[in-house]
Amino acid sequence: MNTRFNRRGALARLGGILAGVLALPIARTARAAVQRVFVSSGAARGYDPSKHKWLMCIDVNKCIGCGLCVEACKKENGVPEGPYFRTWIERYIIPKPKPGSGQTRGETLVDCPNGGMHGFPEPPLPRDQIEHSFFVPKLCNLCEHSPCVQVCPVGATFDAPDGAVLIDPNYCIGCGFCIQACPYGCRFLSPVTKTAEKCTLCYHRITRGLKPACAEICPTQARIFGDLLNPVPDDPIQKFYEQNRVQVLKPHLGTAPRVLYAGLDKEVR
Amino acid sequence: MTSEVTNIVVEVLPRFEGYVYPNEATAHPLWGFLIVLYPYITGLVAGAFIMASLVRVFKVKALEPVYRLSLLTALAFLLCATLPLLFHLGHPERCYEIMMTPHLTSPMAIFGFVYAWYLMAVLLLELWFDYRQDLVEWSKTTAGFKGIIYRIFTVGVTDVSPPALALDVKMGRILSVVGIPSAFLLHGYVGFIFGSIKANPWWGNAIMPIIFILSAIVSGIALCVFNYMVLTWIRRHTVEMRCLDTMAMFLFYALLVDAAVEGLDWIHRIYAAEEGFSVMQTMIREKLFYTLNLGQATIGTLVPFLLLGSLQVLRRRVPEIARRRMIFASAAMILIGVLAMRWNVVIGGQLFSKSLRGVMGYKMEFAGVEGWFMGILLLGLPFVILTVLVKLFLSERLPTSGHTPHGSSTT
Repeated sequence: MNTRFNRRGALARLGGILAGVLALPIARTARAAVQRVFVSSGAARGYDPSKHKWLMCIDVNKCIGCGLCVEACKKENGVPEGPYFRTWIERYIIPKPKPGSGQTRGETLVDCPNGGMHGFPEPPLPRDQIEHSFFVPKLCNLCEHSPCVQVCPVGATFDAPDGAVLIDPNYCIGCGFCIQACPYGCRFLSPVTKTAEKCTLCYHRITRGLKPACAEICPTQARIFGDLLNPVPDDPIQKFYEQNRVQVLKPHLGTAPRVLYAGLDKEVR
Repeated sequence: MTSEVTNIVVEVLPRFEGYVYPNEATAHPLWGFLIVLYPYITGLVAGAFIMASLVRVFKVKALEPVYRLSLLTALAFLLCATLPLLFHLGHPERCYEIMMTPHLTSPMAIFGFVYAWYLMAVLLLELWFDYRQDLVEWSKTTAGFKGIIYRIFTVGVTDVSPPALALDVKMGRILSVVGIPSAFLLHGYVGFIFGSIKANPWWGNAIMPIIFILSAIVSGIALCVFNYMVLTWIRRHTVEMRCLDTMAMFLFYALLVDAAVEGLDWIHRIYAAEEGFSVMQTMIREKLFYTLNLGQATIGTLVPFLLLGSLQVLRRRVPEIARRRMIFASAAMILIGVLAMRWNVVIGGQLFSKSLRGVMGYKMEFAGVEGWFMGILLLGLPFVILTVLVKLFLSERLPTSGHTPHGSSTT
């Protein structure tokens, strides 16, 4: 009887798998090389995206809503005036429940005046009626399975090997499909360039060994930025993981964000 | 409710209720009226083609008077289908990139290819095979500019021997058979552009392509009824009642299936009442009150359904003139209703924040790329093209070769 498994076949299969595994890094490097040549990403010369894996962690408990990050981002990246933000801060105010209402909390109020750039006004409720109030910085969620990349008709939006989700402004046709597909409202159509824009993690900075402008300026270190492939001694990312249980935004959509939050509430979407 | 009316009539500043993400707080939705027109026009193409294929593939002989008109309608609208898309791009000059370097996971990337396939491989070829015998004849008998056009369209093929004509018929039938799935693909795929957006609970829906195809068939048949009646009225001809009644029958059943599937979708949404249901309720009660309840449900579905349904029940007992008026009114209302449906899908999906905490307003301006003027222009353009096509290829003055789509005489 002819058996399905023989030594030669098994060896050939094993060899195939081995070749595939060996080819994977080569393919990744090749993709990175192709992207280096053909893509305008603002990366530094000589930067190898396959040697990094960037990550942003946000500790909601530490954010004081000062808005410096929003301002720094706008200035650093030349974000247009008006309702266009690469990062912004939301304020959540959860009132105490009305007595006898049988509820655990009141109707949540969310605001974000001018992206939180100049801080926040006094809360619209007297302080003794507020149960919780906290600030949530938002930015591109660096999804592992980015819906925006999936839908771009020309491939102008792409996943860089280092985890950043970037847009080639010289290639984007400005159809807006990615803006519709982003569940987090992180993208906008720039009125200046007429192309889609979003947080790039300050790609021009991080590829030169600097932190993104928002993480750099944050006075309370609510934004922690790091590289999973090149941990530093006493790595803040590692520490963040050890000290907190982390969450992501809209996990049910399966986008697998790599912007991780500590201290989120169920009201945050 | 009132804000919707005032938005149409006078200029009001963008208003937001609740919380919207700061990037969503713009005066206009990203996809405006042009993107409403895009699925509308594409749907009319697919529907008109399916109407034509009823004659070719399903051998509904009563519809032969409208066979060529429906094909020409499909062509006129197909030629304009990409214009709204093109105009709304931030960089229209880069549009060729969609076909040069398509990103294969994008539902939008394949549109160029589906469109090209449908235009070049299906519609134009089918029209050419259907018209070939006539073109040869007209190119011999017509002088002047028109004659030159006919000669160009023959592409130098002047063989009208019986085997050649038999081949025409055969090719026409094959193309029709290929054309039906292509028409479904063309429009089902447009539905998928919206249905694939999981970020948006108003759009992300598995049966969106099916809803789009069904409403496309309904609107396409309605457009053929409309065009046929207007054309006969302009030419002071009498409407062939057998043809019109058959069209009305198909229109009724298409509407029945479409309404059933759309109703099912709504029942599921209301019953499941998933995250974001409360914001959807706001949409139905306030933001889309007129276009959804009045436009899509009443004018576009309920009234035509009752009119056409009563005709199916009473049939010939209704006097001819009343039948004609009822069918024409139904077709016109369905055309409005399907436009309202496209509006509700495209604009409706952008009137609430993806934070599901707030709603936006929409004021449509008169001028500008996404304005009323442009919209009316783009909706009128296919009719202008159709007029030219009818003058050239469906003219009363042209002699007919006695050639029918089947190559046999009508019964």
